[in-house]
Amino acid sequence: MQTIDSYKSLSARQAVEAAIKRAREVDQYNAVLSLVEERALERADMVDRGEITGRLAGVPFIAKDNFLSFGGPTTAASKMLADFEAPLQATAIDRLEQEGAILIGKANLDAFAHGGSTENSAYGPTKNAVDPTRVAGGSSGGSAVSVALNVVPFSLGTDTGGSIRQPASFNGVVGVKPTYGTVSRYGVVAMASGTDTIGCFANTVVDAEMVMDIISGRDKRDMTSLPDFFEPVTEVAPGRKIGLIKQFMDEGVDPAVKAVVVDYVERLRAAGHQVDEVDLPMVKYSLAMYYIIMSAEVSSNLARYDGVRYGYRNQTASSIGELIGKSRDDGFEFENKRRIMIGSYVLSSGYFDAYYLKAQKARTLLINEFNQLLSQYDALIGPVAPSPAFKLGSKVDDPIQMYLADVMTVPASLAGLPSMSLPAGRTDDNLPVNIQMIGAQRSDADLLALGRSMEDK
Amino acid sequence: MTVISNDDVQHLAQLSSLSLQDEEIDRLRQDLTQIVSYFDQLAELDTDGVEPTYQVTGLENVWRDDVVETPAVSRDDLLRLAPTKDNQLKVPRVL
Repeated sequence: MQTIDSYKSLSARQAVEAAIKRAREVDQYNAVLSLVEERALERADMVDRGEITGRLAGVPFIAKDNFLSFGGPTTAASKMLADFEAPLQATAIDRLEQEGAILIGKANLDAFAHGGSTENSAYGPTKNAVDPTRVAGGSSGGSAVSVALNVVPFSLGTDTGGSIRQPASFNGVVGVKPTYGTVSRYGVVAMASGTDTIGCFANTVVDAEMVMDIISGRDKRDMTSLPDFFEPVTEVAPGRKIGLIKQFMDEGVDPAVKAVVVDYVERLRAAGHQVDEVDLPMVKYSLAMYYIIMSAEVSSNLARYDGVRYGYRNQTASSIGELIGKSRDDGFEFENKRRIMIGSYVLSSGYFDAYYLKAQKARTLLINEFNQLLSQYDALIGPVAPSPAFKLGSKVDDPIQMYLADVMTVPASLAGLPSMSLPAGRTDDNLPVNIQMIGAQRSDADLLALGRSMEDK
Repeated sequence: MTVISNDDVQHLAQLSSLSLQDEEIDRLRQDLTQIVSYFDQLAELDTDGVEPTYQVTGLENVWRDDVVETPAVSRDDLLRLAPTKDNQLKVPRVL
């Protein structure tokens, strides 16, 4: 298992060469879309000459390909940005580079992060790290699989409605979706700005804590970013109060998933924590709220892809209107178009009040329920997804079934709460199942410390 | 159940600046009908007097000093991303 510590005995060049070799060995999983070999080796030599130092000196990492980066293309796994070479780099990548970490490649995703399986990529699906006949999860599937296959010890992802937590569960790695605003989104392809967050994958909680510590904090280029509050917590106080969300354990959940969660609850109790079943009735409406709000914001954010200023341009158009319409039809995947169209619908005059405004009001009711529970409990837990990784192709033709896979991750997104996805066990078929741990805003480090304290229990 | 017609889909496509193919229009009509019907469950919630939430961390009016800063990206780097002529973006005729 690759961890940040695994690289201590290697030179940066050795570390980068090993990671690139490993990425090529596991090419059949389609987790990595491009390598940034030349720039990575240049930076490795700078680390080895002592020109770059830091807590992650010479440690290779991968970023989801919706992070703008130097040294190669940034595609968002779309045809729209197939040849796009970013003129700037994401703040999260800059901060890791300032600590000596080395970006070696870009990971596959659902195009523009629209999806829950990485099957909506314009460059083919990523395969699950444990069972390659199954999906990687998504949308940050490539980032999760790169860590699970030990290409790199950590990777960056984005989570708007579950896109870090669910693939972390499907591949059995740690996934961190922080409090909304914890990490600057500058230089990351926008999806739904009201819930977009930046987080990471790692094989161990302690590595995830280090990465979050480095990338968190206010950035004047992202006005929604919060002042740095993330400080890793050493000791977990005994007797934490934890709520098991009843609605996450209902009949729609795979019994194998429930069994892992029940076992985790027992382990929490054995470790001296109190676990009660708690009620969060608004969960029932969360998926509808999320798909209304997210699609509305997607339709607005993706309006910028017009085929004029950058990105794919249709060459047959004879007028400016045709150029924009055809470039967008060619450049977007079907799921992108579906979400843009839903967004246009719920924002249309006559429908705005019934859908978009209604969803934003319902969101307040959900937040109130969360606040009430989190005034009594240190953490809320449940499964990450209703099932382990499903078979490739099994849900691609049914959008509602695909959206239902997000039912347990969207509530925390809508409320801006931190939510951790932590390896908890395996099914009888040996498929990984993670536990989800949700806390109050800015309790990210406390949740991770609790998760870390349970890793060997 | 909300029913969405092909005309509705074409109107939405126009609002969305998407030149859709015929088979896409048909598929989107079915998908949108199904998805919007799923959304209709929100109607059963009583939200009278509830304030909508647009921002979850309580931020409002984040100000900065009114000073021009050096842009992160130069004009030349931006112009390299598209076909240009005389420092202007080239597009098909507009009129």
